[in-house]
Amino acid sequence: MTSTESLIDRKQMAYIAAQAADARLNVELETEGMTLNIGPQHPATHGTLRIIARLDGEQVVWAEPSCGYMHRGYEKLTEVRTYPQVTALVNRIDWLGSFANEVPFILAAEKLMEVEAPPRAQWIRTILFELSRIANVSLFLGDLGVQMGAITPVFMAFRDREYVLNLIEGATGGRFHPNFDRIGGLKDDLPEGFIDETRAVMKKLRNFCDEIENLLFGNEIFQSRTRGIGIIPKDVALQYGLSGANSRASGIDWDLRRDQTLPMAWDKVDWKVWTHPDGDSFARCWVRLQEVRESTMIVDQLLDNIPSGPVMAKVPRIIKVPEGEAWVSTENPLGEMGYYVVSKGDLGPFRTKIRSASFNNISIVPWLLKGVYVPDIITILASLYFILGDIDR
Amino acid sequence: MSASDASTIAEIPGDTLRERIVDDLRSKIGADLVDSLVKPGNDVWVRVATSAWKSTAVALRELGFEYFCFLSAIDWMPSPYGKGEDDPTAPPPERDDTIRQGYAGGATRIQLLARLVHPVLHVGVNIKCDVPDDDPQMESWVSVFAGANWHERETYEMFGISFVGHPDLRNMYLPTEFEGHPLRKDFPLLARMVKPWPGIVDVEPLPGGGSDEEGDES
Repeated sequence: MTSTESLIDRKQMAYIAAQAADARLNVELETEGMTLNIGPQHPATHGTLRIIARLDGEQVVWAEPSCGYMHRGYEKLTEVRTYPQVTALVNRIDWLGSFANEVPFILAAEKLMEVEAPPRAQWIRTILFELSRIANVSLFLGDLGVQMGAITPVFMAFRDREYVLNLIEGATGGRFHPNFDRIGGLKDDLPEGFIDETRAVMKKLRNFCDEIENLLFGNEIFQSRTRGIGIIPKDVALQYGLSGANSRASGIDWDLRRDQTLPMAWDKVDWKVWTHPDGDSFARCWVRLQEVRESTMIVDQLLDNIPSGPVMAKVPRIIKVPEGEAWVSTENPLGEMGYYVVSKGDLGPFRTKIRSASFNNISIVPWLLKGVYVPDIITILASLYFILGDIDR
Repeated sequence: MSASDASTIAEIPGDTLRERIVDDLRSKIGADLVDSLVKPGNDVWVRVATSAWKSTAVALRELGFEYFCFLSAIDWMPSPYGKGEDDPTAPPPERDDTIRQGYAGGATRIQLLARLVHPVLHVGVNIKCDVPDDDPQMESWVSVFAGANWHERETYEMFGISFVGHPDLRNMYLPTEFEGHPLRKDFPLLARMVKPWPGIVDVEPLPGGGSDEEGDES
């Protein structure tokens, strides 16, 4: 009896000693912390976002994005430009869905001038707005796979996005930076054959969504890397000002296309706002997938009944905006994009506050990355979906 | 389109909803609500006392304005450089330098501007607040809205307003050693100071425009 007892004692003693030695080693080698720098130039970041993460083993204890590698000072630049010139600047904020950036600024100027675009212009604006959403978010859906090691979806995304870009180019003359919106309407009418071509492309895009859904969303690896990871509760999402698909994935039923009155054509068609109760990375990706599908449906319905008439209201050749302040925001591909325009009755804005979606969406990153594992950093960032130009402005 | 019941409330004629917001806020913060402006069907502006900046955020949050949209500032001083289009060889032109504040009034050169939105009623409120000219210090909103963190950092570097109670007030975009506050109006746009603006020389005359004096701007 005594010999077995002492054996247990000895085993326990050895265990304790080993533990103590490990602890001592940890202190000597200082293994408790390590700083990992991701970016500014890293293949897994879109553009030049740099993230500094302090790790404990595989876990992030502190993370902070470092912005400003692409700050272009648009708010200052608008102060020395005329109203029509500003659209050329704001095109470059979210460069994947450029046309959508122009719309809220033009609407804000129109609100101050109390001008409204003719119905045909509103319709075409809405169509182009949704086309830029499709061009933007379809690239997100393709890029999503790349972040998790799947190469195929991104080729499919670039293939099908090309059709949408061709449409935008056909209508506006610019693939990336249309600069097509004018105060009081649009620069030009739609080209011949645009409607039939767009219908065909929308069909292709719906097929693309099905392909992505089968290939990616049903994939076990994709699910295990996104489900239950990076959960944002509803109240936190509101506090940080998360908007767009990020907030709808946290169960907030709020879409600026539906929930405010704008001189646009969204209220003339039948569509649905998708939400998801989970708030994790998967939910954010899923909501975006549904939104691309919904957008193709919106475009299809809008094409059915474009009103005829002029595309430009009567506005003076030299545009002077009366004194006042206006706030207009729209539901852009990335979320709520708004402009607070202060006018002093001059040719250009006195001050423009540009509220871009990604700035708020990414400001949650220090909170969200606390406690996650290193490989999840990339999937969480990918699912939050940001465009660098939209953060830095 | 399926508009929820709540969003139809926002379209009541005469805009009683936005007027009710102002009344509700006044009942919470009292005389600290200095001025307000309701534009029916458009938007609502309130101006609060400098000392009540943070308590306004708390009050509005209790009223259901839980969505933090943005926080920034406005420098109401007209730029002493105009649009940076002056001829450097000529004597500087006379400019109107009176400070005129916008909606809901004001007394100081720089005002804070923030926007909070009610996520159920889908109605927003613009909050303005005077920032003392000699000592630009304001209370931080970070403990009320965590999202204000980055917005306050941006306002701090761009306008030189410091926020008391902010956990990590350092530059967001600019290098640490950068001097000046770029979005203040007395900070010149250097690109136009280095190389004079070519003005009308660069622009073709408009067809059939005749002598249009404002044509050089477009």
